[in-house]
Amino acid sequence: MSGQTLFDRLWRSHEIFRRDDGASLLWVDRHLVHEGSHHAFGKLGMRGLKVANPDLTIAVSDHYVPTRERASGGTNDDIRRMIATLETNAKTHGIRHFGLNDPRQGIVHVTGPEQGLTLPGLMVVCGDSHTSTHGAFGAFAFGIGATEVAHVLATQTLWQTRPKTMRLTFNGVLADGVTAKDMALHWIAKLGSDGARGHAIEYAGSAVRALSMEARMTLCNLSIEGGAKCGMIAPDETTFAYLKSRPFAPSGPQWDEAVDDWQALQSDADAAFDREIEIDASDVAPTVTWGIVPEQAAAISDTVPANAPQDALEYMGLKAGQSLNGLPIDQVFIGSCTNARIEDLRAAAAVMAGHRAKVPGTVSPGSMIVKRLAEAEGLDRIFVDAGLDWVASGCSMCVAMNGDVVAPGKRCASTTNRNFRGRQGPGARTHLMSPAMVAAAAVTGELTDARPFLKDRPLAGAA
Amino acid sequence: MAGWRNHTGLAVALPMEGIDTDQLIPARFMSTPRAEGYGRFLLHDLRIDREGKPRADHPLNRHPEASILLAGRNFGGGSSREAAVYALVDFGIKAVIAPSFGDIFAGNAVNNGLLSARISDADHAKLSNALDSGVGTLTIDLETCQITLGDLTRPFALDPVWRTKLIEGWDDIVLTAKHAHAIAAFTQKDRATRPWAYLNTEFSPPNQNPTGA
Ligand code: SF4
Repeated sequence: MSGQTLFDRLWRSHEIFRRDDGASLLWVDRHLVHEGSHHAFGKLGMRGLKVANPDLTIAVSDHYVPTRERASGGTNDDIRRMIATLETNAKTHGIRHFGLNDPRQGIVHVTGPEQGLTLPGLMVVCGDSHTSTHGAFGAFAFGIGATEVAHVLATQTLWQTRPKTMRLTFNGVLADGVTAKDMALHWIAKLGSDGARGHAIEYAGSAVRALSMEARMTLCNLSIEGGAKCGMIAPDETTFAYLKSRPFAPSGPQWDEAVDDWQALQSDADAAFDREIEIDASDVAPTVTWGIVPEQAAAISDTVPANAPQDALEYMGLKAGQSLNGLPIDQVFIGSCTNARIEDLRAAAAVMAGHRAKVPGTVSPGSMIVKRLAEAEGLDRIFVDAGLDWVASGCSMCVAMNGDVVAPGKRCASTTNRNFRGRQGPGARTHLMSPAMVAAAAVTGELTDARPFLKDRPLAGAA
Repeated sequence: MAGWRNHTGLAVALPMEGIDTDQLIPARFMSTPRAEGYGRFLLHDLRIDREGKPRADHPLNRHPEASILLAGRNFGGGSSREAAVYALVDFGIKAVIAPSFGDIFAGNAVNNGLLSARISDADHAKLSNALDSGVGTLTIDLETCQITLGDLTRPFALDPVWRTKLIEGWDDIVLTAKHAHAIAAFTQKDRATRPWAYLNTEFSPPNQNPTGA
């Protein structure tokens, strides 16, 4: 018999009961909710049910929060109502809530890890598909819909059928200036937006091991863009160092016990995966999307492919064969749970320092804690001096629900996760890329390779 | 929710790949209470022009009575928003047939009685050809997992757990309540084996812990 995968271990430790038809009832360790969870709270209310484990439920206001003029409580009445509803639901059910005015508020997938709520070995669910982010810690984490959110609220459990497993190994070393965002766009372009459908991915290999915790979160965050159920990385010293002394992480003797347990969260050498994909890390270049699904991505030195679908070209206002390098943009956005942690801001600032942006743009840090940290390092000055707006934390232009939108037909270089039609606002044209690439696009006013900007420049703010 | 075994209705082809959840319902409509109905938001920005007028050439505007969609690869990829399913269901859609679906979407669909029927690329081509100018009456049988259009009958794939759930119209919260003992036994043991997984830290009021880590 072959050994166990990390995923096998996580699944087994959460399985309460397996039905004859194969569906398993799983225990949920952390349930994250946000303003969008109102449908689920509504369902609960209609049935007169209580939240089963309010202590394991955590509410974060992020999807609708204003990034400017916070005191307004929201940019219009509908939005204010969404934010207020979460506030009320959290209070009614006795749920911890990082609300609009909490100094720890941020995007749910940034705040969870930052507070040490996310730990190796946990099962984490949230009504947001980028919950896969938390897999970076060796957790089993995935997005769920409103009916499932209601079920978790009512029972702290979830019915699931076991996904297949897939190991995605990045061998070798990434070239300078190439990031986790590029790794993600690279594999998604290769396998397709549904390339990992039905699979739990374990990212492995020397290039993954070398990533910081923040970069691992970026990589796992984008698992869903390749259609995966979830993405995960086995915990190691990098993971433990990040978590130690976080507010909600175990402490004292319990920390040592926890680390002992977490060290076992690995795939055995002889573990068999349903699929194995290997990628040479040195093949990964700074990558940008040109189309309307994340798989429509290419290296910055490439051209829009000859066989690009007509609907994508039309929507994006591009021609097949056109070079990506030099494509003029209208604005930039640095933000979202994909790429707005402190390292991302440092990377963007390293490119931008001493330059003026040729186009307008917004920088929205992943959390208010990240925002203050960046300000302490002087990164805000770099962005503001370049002419960008430095605003509060929220989902903002990742999903365009809070009033921050890209105008119709405008082309935005963005650190977010989806280039879907209309994602950043009706008619908006989104190009996804890493924070350094967005910063370089801001400085030149066009898509361009960020690497020349990084030559001989220390990372701003880095010790 | 009531279960169902078979359905006959008007099928409409949406000859597009990757109809993602942001197309199915743009985010700006998602603060609407469900009771107001989500059908009008379905594929809003593809179906309705910038002046708010329905586009005459959109298949769903020509055939608003459609109850089955035949779509391209990776239908419902993207966000976990169940509102995408509400928009389909409230529009009157009972089944979507496509070569692949976003996983979260397909799970949400079954929780609302909507079938996501997976077919091979070859069968997708056959069915598309058989739909006369993109429309036709089609029958779906959940028991046999078959689609019939005139004299063409093709199989579809569906997770057996989901199939049973659609047929029985199960409500998971009711089902899970029957396992209360198993859950209690699990947590008792689990608290002993993974004490670190449970939250013991008091939640400090916002102003007492502004720095985080
Ligand atoms: S930033 Fe975007 S992807 Fe992340 S949680 Fe918010 S809406 Fe979801």
